[in-house]
Amino acid sequence: MLPAMSAVASPVQQRTPRHSALVRVTHWITVVAFLALVITGGEIVISHPRFYWGETGNVNMKPLFTIHIPSSRDTVPTGYGYVMPDQNGWSRYLHFEAAWVAVLTGLVYGIAGFWTGHFRKDLVPAAGERGWRAYWLAFRGGRAGDSGARADGARSYNVVQRTVYLGVIFVLFPLVIWTGLALSPGFNAALPFFVDVLGGRQSARTLHFFVSDLLVVFLVVHITMIALAGFWGRMREMITGGVGADVVVGKERG
Amino acid sequence: MSPISRRKLLTGGAVTVAGVVGLAAADRIARRYGLIPPDGGGIYGPGETLTYAAQRVMGKHALAREFPRGMISKMPFMNEVAPPSDEFKRHQAAGFADWRLVVDGMVARPLSLSVGDLRALATRSQITEVVCEEGWSYIAEWIGTPVDVVLREAGTLPQVRYIVYTAMEKDGWDSLDMADALHPQTLLTWGMNDGDLPVGFGGPLRMRVPRQLGYKSVKYVMRLTATDSMKKVGRGLGSAAAEGGYAWYSGI
Repeated sequence: MLPAMSAVASPVQQRTPRHSALVRVTHWITVVAFLALVITGGEIVISHPRFYWGETGNVNMKPLFTIHIPSSRDTVPTGYGYVMPDQNGWSRYLHFEAAWVAVLTGLVYGIAGFWTGHFRKDLVPAAGERGWRAYWLAFRGGRAGDSGARADGARSYNVVQRTVYLGVIFVLFPLVIWTGLALSPGFNAALPFFVDVLGGRQSARTLHFFVSDLLVVFLVVHITMIALAGFWGRMREMITGGVGADVVVGKERG
Repeated sequence: MSPISRRKLLTGGAVTVAGVVGLAAADRIARRYGLIPPDGGGIYGPGETLTYAAQRVMGKHALAREFPRGMISKMPFMNEVAPPSDEFKRHQAAGFADWRLVVDGMVARPLSLSVGDLRALATRSQITEVVCEEGWSYIAEWIGTPVDVVLREAGTLPQVRYIVYTAMEKDGWDSLDMADALHPQTLLTWGMNDGDLPVGFGGPLRMRVPRQLGYKSVKYVMRLTATDSMKKVGRGLGSAAAEGGYAWYSGI
């Protein structure tokens, strides 16, 4: 055991993975669950691509807005001369199963994130980084992760990234779960407050749609930034942790 | 092997063992307390079971939201119905005078009730929202007789766990667990918004289950059958909807 220890006696910082195992595992489970939710959610929208505000809404009522796509129901006036195939059965089964996976994974991540100090260390902007100037510098720095000295900056997020991740974790995900639960008739019976404060069932549905859209926008930006920062390097970090593979400081492999 | 990877191996092993033991225990508890829905098998089974069990643990007796009279939809949407059978047309021509609700299965006193009999038995009304799985909804006043009252009249046997309801429509059947069957808002409705229940909305007799999505509120109901298991009914999934790929429990 002792020889093994001395063989890897390089600085501790270099042995720390870029992302902890908890972050990596929960990240990829969430990726799978989120993609399933987006695809099935889109399928369900196709059966009624009209959105309303308030408690009730149906084809006899004026919509808030309509998505101009064909529908999988011939009761919806779309202007198209054909009806899409009905995919709601499996879409609904998968939507709610994926929602459970996302919520349970999110709970594990959230509790562990507070417990291990992940949020405080990796995501809450440092004391000196909370002003407008820090945001401006991060933007001017261009590529994500380039703010500050490369030696440290490459291994931690800049202030804009931190703010966006915190917003996704603590605002958008809770909101999408809330607005989704507000569409469950059983849940609304148990806790009517959840749907009533949103202004009614149809408002909840419309908000669920918009918050989901924001999460999709985040996904697109997230993947774009990763591509700009070096797609395979970032992927390796999120899969293996990236120990010793992408570390600039030191000469471990030299 | 370095000490760190051994520690990881042990931690990983402990987590896996705890997970397997935990799942096995959860499965036993779920079975014992009847928290697994009839369509609780297959790849979507875990999600369905979690949803159904969570609802039954969290709000078995919760009441669906009721609305003030002023919120009743002026333009309710009755949705499509299959073209009526010749038998249905004959009933319609006769003003549904011969329409009967048969109550059978595991009951002490099988019944055959006309809509008039149901009215005489008990009358309740509720202003609740019909919510379709597609996304649309409307609010109406529903007037009818609680399933609970009908089942008490028939005397369900203690081992009964599900009430199967069958419609005149082809393949129109579904089932409720006892939490929903005995729920005070679960009505065999024959009236809507102070009038008779129109045929388009399910008249002469429609099951209303306001704590679940609209497709559970089956139209043209003719029969209630009490049973202790859904395994031998149809393909054992609990409803025609489930056999067509839609979840048996639609309270989500």
